[in-house]
Amino acid sequence: MALLVESTINGDKAEFVCEADETLMDVLRNRLGLKGVKEGCGTGDCGACSIKLDGTLVCSCLVLGAEAQGRTVETVEGMSDGAKLHPLQQKFLEHAALQCGICTPGFLIAADALLEKNPNPSEEEIRYALAGNLCRCTGYDKIVKAVQDAAKTMNGAAK
Amino acid sequence: MIFESPQTTQEAVTLLAKSKGRVHVLAGGSDLLVRMKGGYIEPDVIVDIKHIKSMNVIKKTAEGFLIGAAVSCGKLGEHAALKKAWPGVVEAANLIGSDQIQGRCTIVGNMCNASPAADSVPALIAANALAIVQGPRGERRVPVEKIATAPGKTSLKKGEVVESVLLPPRRAKSSDAYMRFTPRTEMDIAVVSAAVNLKLGKKGVIEEADVALGAVAATALRVKAAGKAIIGSTLDEDALDRLEAACAEACNPINDKRGTIDFRVKVSKVLGRRAATLAYTRAGGIK
Ligand SMILES: Cc1cc2nc3c(=O)[nH]c(=O)nc-3n(C[C@H](O)[C@H](O)[C@H](O)COP(=O)(O)OP(=O)(O)OC[C@H]3O[C@@H](n4cnc5c(N)ncnc54)[C@H](O)[C@@H]3O)c2cc1C
Ligand code: FES
Ligand code: FES
Repeated sequence: MALLVESTINGDKAEFVCEADETLMDVLRNRLGLKGVKEGCGTGDCGACSIKLDGTLVCSCLVLGAEAQGRTVETVEGMSDGAKLHPLQQKFLEHAALQCGICTPGFLIAADALLEKNPNPSEEEIRYALAGNLCRCTGYDKIVKAVQDAAKTMNGAAK
Repeated sequence: MIFESPQTTQEAVTLLAKSKGRVHVLAGGSDLLVRMKGGYIEPDVIVDIKHIKSMNVIKKTAEGFLIGAAVSCGKLGEHAALKKAWPGVVEAANLIGSDQIQGRCTIVGNMCNASPAADSVPALIAANALAIVQGPRGERRVPVEKIATAPGKTSLKKGEVVESVLLPPRRAKSSDAYMRFTPRTEMDIAVVSAAVNLKLGKKGVIEEADVALGAVAATALRVKAAGKAIIGSTLDEDALDRLEAACAEACNPINDKRGTIDFRVKVSKVLGRRAATLAYTRAGGIK
């Protein structure tokens, strides 16, 4: 049975039609063209599909599209301010915190959710907070450094 | 498949009771969606309980903490009073999955999924928690250990939904703890786990003790003998040895690549001892 769902996606009102058993990940990718939402596993293990749902970090592969009714959704596509990259995006580039890049959107969203709650995380806190995101390429070290550096920049800007 | 999002418990019960075919409750979906994707279940109707107000709150009542079935485990961790009263239950709930999973998963989903390795279940059993079940015949209160009956099976009947979990009021000089063994520190499923809830009397003597083990049998187990083994003691070495023996005796684990029978039995002793020691210090006992 197809459903009509209304939600707010990256700040804009959005309407979409989806099947009752369709995941929000599939809706975002296939119906709304938000391909920054990646599918690694489809079972909650890799974090590549991470988004914020009403401000909470979740795996969109474990959310039904129907559940987005009346809620806000944030994806990597909404992170930059026009052409100006978000400090996390900028620092991921500077620290070469990506190789193939499939994990990157998920890491960016998860790191953003972390910094919102804890603007000055320790290395250990970063590693725990990003434990739900897998990267096959980088070995994580550069990702952790990029997040630390972005936190520094963001805290400096906030002062 | 039909997707329903009732606004009240009564509406949910009616939907669950009247719907034909395979009807499933949806809380955080972190088990349900994985099973759907794997092709293990093909629901005809899904009843999302997250729009039901009473299921979205943590309330402190005269009977204790009432935790709504739709409250995510992440929210439990943010509730300072709950964390202070039931640190073992909250640490168990917070061990489930990653931050992404924490944003969605619930202790009731953990319980109703009926995995023998479910992290929050031993902690809830040791806490003497009750599941408040609503169904076509009204409310019934079920001790958490009576919900799972076998891997993937529960005692819930057609039309029933767990509305909330009731944790008894926390008394003076009492506390709890939960520990699990996993090969990795994060994102792994317990090979063995242990929960202990203690109340101390005068001079640090244990008056009441509840012990539960996870992943060592078809369901999480309450180990009465392990509680008895330490009541009346100050958790001295002899008492801890008796507790270890009772834990080992209660185990009936499977043998698999994640842990042999011998290994699981041995770890049940180690974790029983450590969880008891931590609960004892949290309750104000001096070790
Ligand atoms: C990546 C990943 C990591 C995980 N790590 C862990 C872990 O470390 N430890 C662990 O224990 N588990 C783990 N899990 C499993 C799962 O996250 C937990 O069991 C979680 O607590 C399930 O809660 P939920 O709200 O998401 O349940 P759901 O998936 O919504 O529901 C689970 C089951 O319970 C039923 N149900 C839910 N709510 C009710 C209700 N109110 N009344 C009646 N029936 C109900 C559903 O119909 C379904 O059958 C993990 C899962 C994933 C995907
Ligand atoms: S695709 Fe969702 S967690 Fe891997
Ligand atoms: S950059 Fe390839 S998986 Fe992370």
